[in-house]
Parts: sequence; C-alpha cells; structure tokens
Amino acid sequence: MTRYRVSVEIKPREGILDPQGKAVGDALHTLGFAGVQDVHVGRYVVVDTDSPNENNARESVHAMCKKLLANPVIEDFAITRVETL
Amino acid sequence: MKFGVVRFPGSNCDTDAYHAVVDALGEEAVYLWHKDHDLQDVDIVILPGGFAYGDYLRAGAIARFSPIMTDVIAHAKRGGVVLAICNGFQVACEAGLLPGALMRNAGLQYICEPVRLRVETTDSLFSSNYTAGQIVRFPIAHGEGRYTADEATLDELEARNRVVFRYHGVNPNGSARDIAGIVNETGNVLGIMPHPERVVDSIVGSTDGLAMFSSLLARVPA
Repeated sequence: MTRYRVSVEIKPREGILDPQGKAVGDALHTLGFAGVQDVHVGRYVVVDTDSPNENNARESVHAMCKKLLANPVIEDFAITRVETL
Repeated sequence: MKFGVVRFPGSNCDTDAYHAVVDALGEEAVYLWHKDHDLQDVDIVILPGGFAYGDYLRAGAIARFSPIMTDVIAHAKRGGVVLAICNGFQVACEAGLLPGALMRNAGLQYICEPVRLRVETTDSLFSSNYTAGQIVRFPIAHGEGRYTADEATLDELEARNRVVFRYHGVNPNGSARDIAGIVNETGNVLGIMPHPERVVDSIVGSTDGLAMFSSLLARVPA
C-alpha cells in the first residue's frame, strides 16, 4: 500500500447559472480588472488515501466524486493532481 | 395516521413539523433519529428543514447517507409517503428520491420572507384539499432554493403534472420555471422549498399550510 494525495477540482457545470462566479466577476470589474470575461467558483478537495497503485487511487477518488463529492446534475469534476506521500 | 419526523444533526424545523402534525392536525407524530434504522411503523415520513450536517459539501449531500435514509428510500420505493421540506427537499434530491438539484439563490442572498404560491394541481396526495389555481402564502427561509434540472426533466415534470406548487408573482430564488414544489414519478414524495408547517396557526397570520397536512389525512391510507 502506498499513500497518495489526490486533488479534485469541482466546479459548476458549464451552462448552469453560477451567481457566485458572476458576483465575483462583477467585483473584479469594479476593481478595474477590465479583461475578466468569466469567473466560476467551485471547490477543491484533497483526499489522502492508501491504495496499491496510482491508478487504483485515481479510480477510487473518481468513485468518491460520483457518489458524494460532486453532484453530477449540477457539477463537473476533474482529478487535477496525484502525489505520492 | 402516524407521522415520523427525521432528525439530522442540524435539523431545525423538526419541532415545527411535529407541532403541525400533533397540535394543528391532531394526529400522532414521532421523531426518527438519523442514526437509527427504524421508521417505527410510521405512515408518513417528514424530512424537515434545517442545515443537516451544516450543509457541508452541498446541502443534503452528507445527510443523504445517514443510516435512516436507507429506510426512508425503501419506504418511498414501497409507495410510502415522504414530505420533504426545504433542507429535506435538498436531501431528497441528493438521495435520488426526486430529480434535479437545488442551487444557490440567483440573488446569492439567504431569503427569509413570506412568498405567494399557486397550487398547480389538486390531483396530488399533498394538495387535494386546496383548490386548483389557489394562491397561498408560505414563508421561505433558504439560501439554496433555486430548483434546477435539465430541460428534458423539466418538460417531463410539466407534462406529467408533477409541478404541484409554483411561485406566484415573484420568484424569490430564480428556480427553473418558477418551481417551488414537485412530486416524484409515483406521486408519493413531495419536495417543497417553502414551509407549510410554519403556517398552521392563525396566531402567525396564516393557516395556508394546514390543507397540505389535511390532504394527506384524506388521501393516505393509515
């Protein structure tokens, strides 16, 4: 068994109204960041898990996302990083 | 008729629901602890409002895996009645008892105020004692009440008369098609963001919620 640190990015599904992202975008415009086109606010989850190999750790976190960490009706998720601890 | 009010850590409308059943309706009610696997032979389960598990991760996401939910889901699959109010509606969606999801209010603010609803159908266990098109006033108290589902699901809900309550005049949270309350495919689970259990006493200015409870009494076999 190896311990892996798996990072997951969860964000509102494309095309679904994200009022939080819009409010942050508006605030950035107010601050003078005129180039800002779009902002989305999501969650970043870091899971430390023991697995026989990296693939297994990825698969396991993928299953966690589908079951609990993300809601597929409204959110998309992606595993962004896997580190060996 | 025996009602069971589920208590999650963070439920805060459980006592209101109990009061509505026992004091206003005059029926029996028990509390169901979320860690138990015992529905105590209740006829109707109420998933009450609140902030189960502090709304951590997403509203309802963790409560949905509480031990009692296995039994609540089995009860619903057998045709048992579930009334899911506010946070209960969020839990029911996360549990797959109802389609769609409840997202952050379009205006981002938590809103606590009375709203007007239109009773869209009286052909439901939960609304038979209203009149079709009746306008009622229920309070809302939520930050994440914007009902969302894909277009196909929304079309299906409308086509099958499963939108039981719709916001009238003002849509407070930006929900799809002004939806405030829907039932599942078999009509035995209602999810509603506004609070019928908070308007069952004339002393608070309205008893519009009472007809929902009396509808259940009239239509659900004990």
